[in-house]
Amino acid sequence: MTSAPLVGPSGRALDDDSANWLRCLDEASAERDEAIARLHELLLRAARREASRRAPRLRITGPELEDLAHQAADDALVSVLGKLHTFRGDSRFTTWVYKFAVFEVSGKIGRHFWQACDVRLDAAQWELLPDRFGMDPHEAAHSAGLMAELRRTVEEEFTEHQRRVFVAIVVDGIPLDALVHRLGTNRNAIYKTVFDARRKLRAALVTKGYLQDEAGGR
Amino acid sequence: MTERTDGRAALERFLRTDPQDPGCEQVMEHLDAYVELVLAGADPELTYPGLTAHLRTCSPCAEDFDGLLALLRDASAG
Repeated sequence: MTSAPLVGPSGRALDDDSANWLRCLDEASAERDEAIARLHELLLRAARREASRRAPRLRITGPELEDLAHQAADDALVSVLGKLHTFRGDSRFTTWVYKFAVFEVSGKIGRHFWQACDVRLDAAQWELLPDRFGMDPHEAAHSAGLMAELRRTVEEEFTEHQRRVFVAIVVDGIPLDALVHRLGTNRNAIYKTVFDARRKLRAALVTKGYLQDEAGGR
Repeated sequence: MTERTDGRAALERFLRTDPQDPGCEQVMEHLDAYVELVLAGADPELTYPGLTAHLRTCSPCAEDFDGLLALLRDASAG
């Protein structure tokens, strides 16, 4: 039997539980199969709790929710085992593992959105935009010029990709993870597109006098 | 300029971008350590600058943060 690893790949000291998980999950370990089974149980418990936490805001219940949790746990297990060599010990191993369960639940909910909701990509419901920012009809009427310039900027100055993503996320209210699934991309790419769009829009609205400039352009 | 209202303020907040925002990739990379620091009562911004700003504006990452925090609280509660 080999001695327990006391440090992770980064040289950071690991707590006993994390070191034990790594030792048991090592490809040379005789306990690997049993450890993988325990890991799956841990991931399934985490995925169930996370799916249940989000369930009240989703149209998912009963067996469908349980199925989502199982799929998330199965895929999280694959991710964890594939990325085991990247665990640096910045957190406890179980915290690191839970993270993958949470991410997979997010992804599965994003995919489920299109099955549960009758929403069209590019619906472009501009008339709903004031309400999305909490404007009542009086405020919306008061801000009509601002909203018109916002729409003009999106439609005339954005790239096709920027426009598509902005309209889906901001105008039509499609959840970001759902759009990630539909476009076959990743969360960071969509967020970055919206981030750049926000900055571009703000600059345009400042130029046209609808918004005041602020120090540092923020 | 038109009169500033609550909805308009929400729009202005949405359009305001933080140059410190590192994006989702960094948050996804460090979320586990970030949440442990939060639970320990430490200031995670000292170790992971910008992540708090990102979590304020990215609802999917904020949802993941809430989920991981809830899991750890459940685990520590037994």
